[in-house]
Amino acid sequence: MAHVERHQWDVVIVGAGGAGLRAAIEAREQGLRTAVICKSLFGKAHTVMAEGGIAASMGNVNEGDNWQVHFRDTMRGGKFLNQWRMAELHAREAPERVWELETWGALFDRTPDGRISQRNFGGHEYPRLAHVGDRTGLELIRTLQQKVVSLQQEDFKESGDYEARIKVFQECTVTQILKEHNPEDGEPDRVSGVFCYERESGRFFVLEAPAVVLATGGIGKSFKVTSNSWEYTGDGHALALLAGASLINMEFVQFHPTGMVWPPSVKGILVTESVRGDGGVLRNAEGERFMFDYVPDVFKEKYAESEQEADGWYEDPDNHRRPPELLPRDEVARAINAEVKAGRGSPHGGVFLDVSTRMPAETIKRRLPSMHHQFRELADVDITAEPMEVGPTCHYVMGGVDVDSDTAAARGVPGLFAAGEVAGGMHGSNRLGGNSLSDLLVFGRRAGLYAAQYAREHAGSRPRVGDEQIDGAAAEALRPFGVGSAKADEEAQGPAENPYTVHQELQRSMNDLVGIIRREEEMSEALERLAELRERARRAKVEGHRQFNPGWHLALDLRNMLLVSECVARAALNRTESRGGHTRDDFPEMDREWRRANLVCTLAAAEGAAGAAGGDAEAGRAGRIALRRREMPPIRKDLLELFEKEELIKYLTDEELTSE
Amino acid sequence: MLPGPALTQPSHPENPLATGTEPQHKTPPAGSRPAGVHTSTRAAIAEPHLRTDRWWLAPAATAFGLLAFVVYSTWRAFANTDYYHAPYVSPFYSPCLADNCATMKGGPNWGLFGEWWGLSPALIILIFPLGFRLTCYYYRKAYYRGFWASPPACAVAEPHKKYTGETRFPLILQNIHRYFFYAAMLVAVILTWDTVLGFRNEKYEWGHMGLGTLVFLANIGLIWAYTLSCHSCRHIVGGRLRHFSKHPVRYRLWGWVGKLNERHMLLAWASLLSVALADFYVYLLATGTITDPRLF
Amino acid sequence: MTTDVHHGAGPGSEGIGGAVSGEAPDATRPETSYDAHFKVWRGDVDGGGLEDFTVEVNEGEVVLDIIHRLQATQAPDLAVRWNCKAGKCGSCSAEINGRPRLLCMTRMSVFDRAETVTVTPLRTFPVVRDLVTDVGFNYEKARQVPSFVPPPGLGPGEYRMQQEDVGRSQEFRKCIECFLCQDTCHVVRDHEENKRAFAGPRFLMRVAELDMHPLDAAEDAGLDRKSTAQDEHGLGYCNITKCCTEVCPENIKITDNALIPLKERAADRKYDPLVWLGNKIRRRTT
Repeated sequence: MAHVERHQWDVVIVGAGGAGLRAAIEAREQGLRTAVICKSLFGKAHTVMAEGGIAASMGNVNEGDNWQVHFRDTMRGGKFLNQWRMAELHAREAPERVWELETWGALFDRTPDGRISQRNFGGHEYPRLAHVGDRTGLELIRTLQQKVVSLQQEDFKESGDYEARIKVFQECTVTQILKEHNPEDGEPDRVSGVFCYERESGRFFVLEAPAVVLATGGIGKSFKVTSNSWEYTGDGHALALLAGASLINMEFVQFHPTGMVWPPSVKGILVTESVRGDGGVLRNAEGERFMFDYVPDVFKEKYAESEQEADGWYEDPDNHRRPPELLPRDEVARAINAEVKAGRGSPHGGVFLDVSTRMPAETIKRRLPSMHHQFRELADVDITAEPMEVGPTCHYVMGGVDVDSDTAAARGVPGLFAAGEVAGGMHGSNRLGGNSLSDLLVFGRRAGLYAAQYAREHAGSRPRVGDEQIDGAAAEALRPFGVGSAKADEEAQGPAENPYTVHQELQRSMNDLVGIIRREEEMSEALERLAELRERARRAKVEGHRQFNPGWHLALDLRNMLLVSECVARAALNRTESRGGHTRDDFPEMDREWRRANLVCTLAAAEGAAGAAGGDAEAGRAGRIALRRREMPPIRKDLLELFEKEELIKYLTDEELTSE
Repeated sequence: MLPGPALTQPSHPENPLATGTEPQHKTPPAGSRPAGVHTSTRAAIAEPHLRTDRWWLAPAATAFGLLAFVVYSTWRAFANTDYYHAPYVSPFYSPCLADNCATMKGGPNWGLFGEWWGLSPALIILIFPLGFRLTCYYYRKAYYRGFWASPPACAVAEPHKKYTGETRFPLILQNIHRYFFYAAMLVAVILTWDTVLGFRNEKYEWGHMGLGTLVFLANIGLIWAYTLSCHSCRHIVGGRLRHFSKHPVRYRLWGWVGKLNERHMLLAWASLLSVALADFYVYLLATGTITDPRLF
Repeated sequence: MTTDVHHGAGPGSEGIGGAVSGEAPDATRPETSYDAHFKVWRGDVDGGGLEDFTVEVNEGEVVLDIIHRLQATQAPDLAVRWNCKAGKCGSCSAEINGRPRLLCMTRMSVFDRAETVTVTPLRTFPVVRDLVTDVGFNYEKARQVPSFVPPPGLGPGEYRMQQEDVGRSQEFRKCIECFLCQDTCHVVRDHEENKRAFAGPRFLMRVAELDMHPLDAAEDAGLDRKSTAQDEHGLGYCNITKCCTEVCPENIKITDNALIPLKERAADRKYDPLVWLGNKIRRRTT
C-alpha cells in the first residue's frame, strides 16, 4: 500500500496569509508545535494584495472613534446580516491587534504626534484605517512572516532547530481533511490531520494533528473577472464541506467597484478604495459625478447631496456629509454597473475614476505610489494626468465556514477551525473595506488560541490516521493522470478534458450567470452548467509527471471550485431579495424577513470525505449541495441600543423590534 | 552547498505508488565542476548570458572615458610646465607645494616640500583628488564594471574564477573613502580661492573677468557639487542619525545632499571633464596658443 | 544537454486546448494580435534546453499571459510560479532575454514583433522544473538576520515614531521579495561558493532597515547590526556595481539608500577612529 510520509504536529494551519500566520504565531506562543501549509512561497499570500489599510478604532486621527462606532459601521455595511458577536469581537479587539504588529516591527504611516496614521474609507464614519501608503497588506504579511522567523530564531537558540516548534511547508496543498471516529459517545467524527501534496516534487505526505485551522482565503478564481490570484480556488470552503462542516452566506460575493478594465490581460486587477478615500471621484462618459444619483434611502442622511458639500468633507468632516463615492462597495459597484448598462460607460466598458484633477501630481505619487506604478506599468496611463478606467471585479466572499463566534471552531466537526475570508458570518452581506485585514488578525489569533486549547485538551488521546483514508486520498489525487482503479470507468464515460478549458468555462458561467446582478433563469442555467462541468471535470486529464505540474494542480482545484460555485449559485437562487453582495434583478428590494435568515450549505450525498471516487451520474445531476434556512440569533440588547430606532426600522421586522 | 529547501524530502528508495507519475532523477555526472551559472544544479544553459541588448556599450564607454582622462592627466601631471598663466592656475597644480613651483602671485604656492622635491609638484597634491575619486562609490562601480568586468553588466557572467569583493586587502581600503572626502573638501576650498583670484587681470588688479574666470567658475561649481554629493558626505551630514526628528537642521542638509547624491554619477563625469577642461584652458594660455578674451 | 523541440500554432496543432486561446482564425483576427516567437527553457536539474514556440499575442498583454497561453494550448505541464499578476507578490521572477524580470510586469509591447523572446528560469538558484527554481537560499538567509528587538518598557499602543524617522526603513519594506536582486548579484550568481558567506542585497537591505528603525533596541541587547553586517552577512563582498538597484521592480534604491549607508555605518564602527573615540567619550559622559 501507499507509503506516505507522516509528520506529527499539535496544530496544523492551512494557509499562510494574514489569518493563517496570525493563528500560527498564537498557537506557537501557546507553546504548541505548529505546522503551516501554504500553497505558494512563504510571504506571497494573497494578503499582499490588500492596499487600503487595517480598520481599527484607535481614534488617532479623530478622537470620536471607538469600538461601538466601528461595530455600528460594520453592521450597517453588512446590512445587519453579520453574526453580531463576531462584529463585536472584531471591533473591540482590532486596535490591540494593530498595536501588537508594531511591537513585531511593522512601520505604519504616522500622524504628526507620532502615532499610527488612519485614513478614510467607504462606510467608515471616521478615519480608521491604519496604513502604509497603499501597500498595507504587504506590510502585514511581511510583519507576520518576520515574527514567525523571530520565533524560529528563538527556537533555534533553545534547541538548535529552527523548525522545532513552528514550520512552514511551502508550496504544498491540502486535498483532504482526515478524520477518525470520535471516542466521545455521540459526538461527530473528529479531525485527525490533513493529506497534502508538495508542488515541487509531487509527493504526498500527511500531517497528523488533533486541531486543524483553515485559513485558505476566498473563491474568486471561480469568476472570470476577479482581483484574486490563482490560489483563490475555495480550497478551505470545499475541504470544510467535505469534512462535514457547513457554509453560510455563500450567496454574498463582493464585487469591488473599482478593478482595472483595460488592457484585457489585467482586467480585474484591483484599484484601491483609497483612491476614493483620498479624494478620487467617479465620472461617467458625460463627465457627470453620477454617484449622487445612487444614494439609497438607508444612507440618505449620511451622504452629501451636492458636489460642493462632498468636496468640503475632505477638509472639514464635522460640518459636511461624506461624498457618495464612499458608500459601501456593493452600492458603488451596482451604480457603476448601471451607468455602463445605460450607455454612459468609458471606452473599455467601465467608468472614469479621476484623481488627476483633484490633487497635485506629487501628492498622488506619495499617497498612491503603487496605483501610480500599476497604471504606468500595466496600462500606460499616468494617473496624475488622466483618469483611470475602472469597473467591478470579483473581490471577496462574505460567506464561509459556519463557525462559533468566540472560538472560530467549525460547527459540527470537532478539531476544525476557520478564520479569515474562509470563515463566514463576520461581514454579513457585505464587507467594509479595511475590515478584512482586521478580521484576519482578530479571528486568526482566536483560531490559533482555541485550536491550541483544543489540541492541548486532546493531547492524551491523539487521533489516528488510518491507512485506508490515505489510500483513498492518494487515489483521488492521482485521478487526473488516468491511472489506477479509476481508469476503466473514465474511459466509459467520455473523452478526456483539458482542465484549463473546464476552468475557463466555469469562470465564464459564474461571471455571466451568477455575477453582480442575478436573475432566476440565469442561476438555474448556471446550476445545470455546473452539473455538466462537474461531469467533465471528472474526466480532466493531465500530461507529464507530478513534479511542479500546473495542469495537475488545476485539475485538483476544480473539485473545490465546482463545489463552492454550486453553493454560491444555490444560495443565490434561494434568497429572493437584494442585500449587500447579492443583487437580484427580479427581487430588487431588501426584505426585512430575509434579514433573520442564514442559508446554510452542506454536502448533500453521504459520500463522505474519503472516497469521492465512485458516485454515479444521477447523483451528480442533482447536485452535491443541500441548502437549508436557519434563523439568526437575536442581536444582544445593549448592542441594538447603539442604533437609533429609525435606523433599525429599516432593517429589522416589527416582531424583532417589539420583542426586546 | 547550502541545506536544501524547507521541506524535508521524503526518502523513498523506489517508487512506491508505481503510477509512472513520479519524477525520476539521475545522479549528477561526476568529474569537472563547472562554476557560476554553469553550476550543475542550475538550469542547463550553455551561454554565459542571454542578453540581446547592447549591454557592452556602457562598460566600454566608461572604460574609454576613464582611460582618456588617465592618459591626459598623466601627461599633464608629469609635464611640470604650462600650468600657470596669470591669473589662472591649473587645478592639477593647486595647491602647489614644492619650491620648484611657478610663481603665482597671491596664488596657492607654499613650498612645504622644500627644494628636494624635483618631480612635478602636481604629483604631491593630485594624490588627494585621485584617492577621493578612486574610492568614490560611483567610480568604484564604473571601474569594477569597465576595467575589471566584475561584472561587465548585469546578469552577464564575469570571467573571474574567484571573487572576494572588498573583504580583503587592498580593496578593503575602500572603506577610508571618508578621509579622502575630508581632504577633497580642503582641495575644493583652495580651488575656490583660485577661482576668486581669477577675478583679477594679468597685472593682478582686482575687479576683472575673462573667459577663463567663467571656465573656472563652472569647474569649481561642479567640483563642489560632486564633492558634496558624495555618499560619505551624505552619511556624515545626517545619514548616520537614527532620529531625524531630533536633528531638524541635519535632516534638512541630508535631504539636500540626498538630492545631489541622486546625480552623483552625472556630477562625477561632469566635474572630471570640467577639471580637465580648466587645465587645458590654462595650458592653451600658457603655451600662447590662445589669449584669454577679457570681459571687463 | 540541450533538446530542441518546435511547437507550432498552426491549424490543428492546438490539441485539446483549441477553444482556449480564443476563436481567432487568422482572417478575423484584429490587427492588434500577432504571432510571436518564443524560446522557453524546459527541463529540470538533470538537464534541459530552450524550446521554440509560436504563440498568439494580443494587445496589452504581458509575458506571463503568453506563458499561460502556452500552458493552456501547447504545454499544459509547463511549470511557472506566479500569484498576483499585478507586481505585488514577487513570485513570477524569471529571466527574459537574459535580464532578470517579473513575468507579470514585462509588457509584450516592449519587444519588436519580429523579435524572439527568450524566457529562462533564474540562473542563480538551483532549477526545479522549467521556469521554477528553488529559492530556499533566500529563506535560509532571512533566518540569519536577527529580528526586530522591541524596546523594553514600551507596550503595544505606546510606540511613537515620526514619519521622517520611519521613511527610510519604509522604503526597504516596499520589497516584495521577488529575489531578482539576489539573482542578478554577481557575488553569488557567478560564485556559488560565496553563497555561504554573503546574504545578498535583499537581506543586507533588511539589516539596514532594522538598523535605521527608530525603535529597534538591538544595540541595548548587545547586538551591533553595523558590524555584524560586515562580519556575519558579508557586506564586504558587495562591490556596489548596482545591478540590484537596476533590476528592482519596486524601484527601491537598494545600493544608494541601503547598501552604501550600511557600508558607511560599518566604517563608523570599524575604520573610523574619530567616530569610535567620540562614541567612547559620549558614552562615558552620559
